[in-house]
Amino acid sequence: MTHTILVNGSEQQLPDDPRVSILDFLREHLHLSGVKKGCNQGACGACTVLVDGDQRILSCLALAVQYEGRAITSVEGLAANGSLDPLQQAFIDHDGFQCGYCTPGQICSSIGMSAELRRGVPSHVTDDLSSETIALSHDELRERMSGNLCRCGAYNGIVAAIAESHSKANP
Amino acid sequence: MNPFSYTRAASAIEAIELGARPQAKYLGGGTNLVDLLRETLERPTALIDVSGLSSSIEELSDGGILIGASATNTAIAEHRVIRTRYPMLTRAIAAGASAQIRNMATAAGNILQRTRCTYFYDNAGSRCNKRSPGQGCDAMDGFNRNHAVLGASMSCVATHPSDMCVALAALGAVVHLQNRGGKRVLPLTDLHRLPEDHPGEETTLMSGELITAIELPALPMAARSTYRKIRDRSSYAFALVSVAAAIELEGDVVKDVRIALGGVAHKPWRAWRAEESLRGRVASAENFCAAAEAELAEARALRDNGFKIHLASRAIVAVLSALTGEESMGARA
Repeated sequence: MTHTILVNGSEQQLPDDPRVSILDFLREHLHLSGVKKGCNQGACGACTVLVDGDQRILSCLALAVQYEGRAITSVEGLAANGSLDPLQQAFIDHDGFQCGYCTPGQICSSIGMSAELRRGVPSHVTDDLSSETIALSHDELRERMSGNLCRCGAYNGIVAAIAESHSKANP
Repeated sequence: MNPFSYTRAASAIEAIELGARPQAKYLGGGTNLVDLLRETLERPTALIDVSGLSSSIEELSDGGILIGASATNTAIAEHRVIRTRYPMLTRAIAAGASAQIRNMATAAGNILQRTRCTYFYDNAGSRCNKRSPGQGCDAMDGFNRNHAVLGASMSCVATHPSDMCVALAALGAVVHLQNRGGKRVLPLTDLHRLPEDHPGEETTLMSGELITAIELPALPMAARSTYRKIRDRSSYAFALVSVAAAIELEGDVVKDVRIALGGVAHKPWRAWRAEESLRGRVASAENFCAAAEAELAEARALRDNGFKIHLASRAIVAVLSALTGEESMGARA
């Protein structure tokens, strides 16, 4: 019996060793180096990828074998048709990075964040828990993206890129 | 990581059969366990993946809620009924970890996560009675700003890191358990142990016991409840001190109150004494203060964490004051 996982739309054989994380599977087995290993202990967000389209997770804490049959999207999967995702373009336009190491995680995380916001998932700074819709205020954006650290401190550009991309997608 | 086998359990029955083997360990979302495996602080030979078991969140006919053990932290926090009837639970979960981790972490895994005491994690360089019984505790005279002020022992001063569990303790949540010997229920406040002389024994779970669900009792007063967390940075950090509280007034008298503290002890700390001292008393700042002081009367400071005693006391007063102020239903405190 073969065990497979979908990575950026293509079916891949899962590793035999259950100790392999999704992060190491993508980087070392599939040579997808877009996803980054920052802390490898769930503290920095650099390894953020998407599961089943828009659910953001930390690939360093995910055993690949646990995600058999699921669809993983890394930053390489966002511009699959050759043109950048609008969010990627917004990061370029707003200087949303300096060294760029946290950027793939920031971008995947932001896509997951938008899905959570559409679903009305409350955050630590949401005042009214009964509200069905939550506006992406500056505070909401920063709180919801707090799982992605940027050691260069490019936060102002990151926030601007995500805010612009979000407002264009939700006029 | 040491080698282990991996099996995805198709049912709770299958899981407890596999989990009865020595050196087997249940795997939920992996957000703590994978890290512990990597650090070789956990060395199971078999992982039983239970993340595919029940993740439903059901309303019970008695007004309570039954949360499947594999429901993610996000799913619990965003649940419409939980947000309005048990806002302290949504607020506690939203205050913990990051969105990515909340998407992965399960309810049962959150309960069974282990301390983030840096001396416990420092496998190669520090002594730890939790990791190696009888070895000694380097936190005791070390950098212990984050450590416990209530219920600690000469063996261990580690804290339980969960936010969610603080709300569950205050709400009187009950945990559903199952092993080959049968099923039982246990109040969450009886699940975690204080360290005493055996800090490695962190729970009262029996051999191979699996958490299958968490039950929130019907508690109308919880609609007026909240969670306040104080930490070194405004997001994505463990609590220095946290407070979960609900209060019900009759006129200006406290009819009932629930209070639990996080970041101060080896377990989520239900503030029974503070609650007892407030029931039937006028809801005033003075009485809130007296209740907080009663709760913290036996608190003991280490070298660096004495601030937690005052902080916990003030946080209790602030949260109760906020809950009894104007327009306070489930608001952020």
